[in-house]
Amino acid sequence: MTRQEVFNEVQNIFRDIFDQNDMVIENSTNSDAIDDWDSLNHINLVSAIEKEFAIRFALGEIMELNDVGSMIDLMLKKLNNL
Amino acid sequence: MRQLEYPLDINYILRKKKSIKNNLLLNSSLIEKNIAILGGSTTAEIKNILELFLLKRGIKPKFYESEYNKYYEDALFEGDELDKFNPDIIYIHITNKNIIKYPDLKDSEEKIDTLLFNELERYKSIWSALSKFDCAIIQNNFDYTNSRSLGNLDCYDIHGRTYFIKKLNDHFSVNARKIKNLYINDINYLSAYIGLTRWFDQKLWHQAKYAVSMESIPELTFNISKIVTSIFGSSKKCLVLDLDNTCWGGVIGDDGLDGIQIGTETAITESYTTFQKYVKELKNRGITLAVCSKNDFKNAQEGFSHPESILKLDDFTSFKANWSPKSQNILDISQSLNIDVDSFVFIDDNPAERDLVLSQLSSVSVPDVGSDIVEFISHIDRSGFFEPISLDIDDTHRNQYYKDNQKRSSDIAKFQSYDEFLISLDMTAEIKSFSTVYLDRITQLTNKTNQFNLTTKRYTTGEINAINLSEKYIKIYGKLIDKYGTNGLIAVSIGRVENKSCHLDLFLISCRVLKREMEFAMLDILVRKCKEKNVTNIIGYYYKSAKNKMVSDLYEKLGFTLLVQNTEDSIWKLDITNYENKNKFIGVMND
Repeated sequence: MTRQEVFNEVQNIFRDIFDQNDMVIENSTNSDAIDDWDSLNHINLVSAIEKEFAIRFALGEIMELNDVGSMIDLMLKKLNNL
Repeated sequence: MRQLEYPLDINYILRKKKSIKNNLLLNSSLIEKNIAILGGSTTAEIKNILELFLLKRGIKPKFYESEYNKYYEDALFEGDELDKFNPDIIYIHITNKNIIKYPDLKDSEEKIDTLLFNELERYKSIWSALSKFDCAIIQNNFDYTNSRSLGNLDCYDIHGRTYFIKKLNDHFSVNARKIKNLYINDINYLSAYIGLTRWFDQKLWHQAKYAVSMESIPELTFNISKIVTSIFGSSKKCLVLDLDNTCWGGVIGDDGLDGIQIGTETAITESYTTFQKYVKELKNRGITLAVCSKNDFKNAQEGFSHPESILKLDDFTSFKANWSPKSQNILDISQSLNIDVDSFVFIDDNPAERDLVLSQLSSVSVPDVGSDIVEFISHIDRSGFFEPISLDIDDTHRNQYYKDNQKRSSDIAKFQSYDEFLISLDMTAEIKSFSTVYLDRITQLTNKTNQFNLTTKRYTTGEINAINLSEKYIKIYGKLIDKYGTNGLIAVSIGRVENKSCHLDLFLISCRVLKREMEFAMLDILVRKCKEKNVTNIIGYYYKSAKNKMVSDLYEKLGFTLLVQNTEDSIWKLDITNYENKNKFIGVMND
């Protein structure tokens, strides 16, 4: 998968979780930018990403996912290792 | 919304919960209920997903959620906020993570008994503190732990955690049998069904203190919603079955009695036998069975004379085999049994027939069972259509009622007039003030009676208890017996006395006994009791609902005069100073 493909799917997940069909995210988007992005929704995002891409984040990794860009970097690493 | 039915589309539910919720909120006939969640771990997502399943079942929940792991404090000490919330249902979400002290390897048997006792005492004090709400308490039992350092010994050595949990669960069951309004949400079974490795997510526990995995939450909340539905008396009542390739393999019209597949000789015959056995179990605990098949009537009936058939003709309360559309037959069955179609579950191996029925009768439950008989039981069982909260006598005898009822209907034809028929029924009624043994049944009736129900006011157990104790209310129930047997408790009226008036907050009669003039007998007794309290007039209210059109002119028939007409709702008044008894056909016992 290319970075763009992963990015698009992650955007879809954001749209579902926050129920905003026209939400546009960027690499720099973080929890400050989205009101509902609290710790509980963070868990929901991570769970949905794990399911959709069939990957697992380690406990330590999740703590470091501060913005969309770092999330996708880590995902690409995992996806390419498969 | 098939995603919320068995088999659940878990990923879809978790991802789309917000849009699902908005969709479900479009339903205009939702009943509001207050649900308190007292959690021993994080419950945020449990609340969100439970909301979807309740909305799907027509309940719009308002939630109270305890602070993280404050279930004990909330139940025992918090009071104020929960008091104000006035819950209809309290759900206590605990898991093995909430067990405070497991046995140590060096503990004696007595010591372990003490631990068990202490653990149990905590819950007993919760249940007893919450009993003031007089509402249903749905209580998780305990799941097993994912790891067990004692290995298999863990389940039989007295120091084992598995053993300890099993004991605790046994005690929970004993208490649930004894304590009114306490219902077990059996997560011990559910986690086994899902599989412990899927049920619990160690990472999610450390990260967010969820004691169950994300993917288990839909199953968990689906299960809770089945109990809630049952508590409110809305479980299904009637299972309607197709015949060919549903009750047996093959087509009886083509293959003949000897050719259909039922029995134990082959894998195929055995699978139909297994299905029939399951259906028979449902029937034995009070579910009404009916046949709806496109078949020649004689051929169809012959199928159940097969020596290997578990189900016999006699097991079915209604039997429709003809070439009319199935939706029409289901309506006929509904009419002859006097059970609303929204209490029906229809099982057919043919997807075209299923779709047709669903398109004509959207309130019938038509699970997408596929065409493989092996899958049918799971669809019925996991959907929880027939979830009971208790095995009460009324339910197990229900089939007899309906059978009697059909005999009653067939007798009508033999009489010259309807009056003559009513006389022949030899009816006696017991119409008395509420008594505690009937309060559950009364609550149940207020929540599930739709047709002969003037106000469609729904009551909680707590409210009915309060009314029972209050002098302000004239509250009476009616039981009806006729020559065919007893119909059970089938009528309720609740009148609120203010000054010289009695305001009828509730007046309902179960559809089992419509057109029996029970309403006259009820009014006679109501008037008598009003006079005892020096009431001079009765005020009746009619609030139109989707289903109670049949009683829109009831007050007029009972001699009330119209006070206020407000579009489709109306208020009526009856001066009782010169009231003459109206009931002619029912002998009444009263108090």
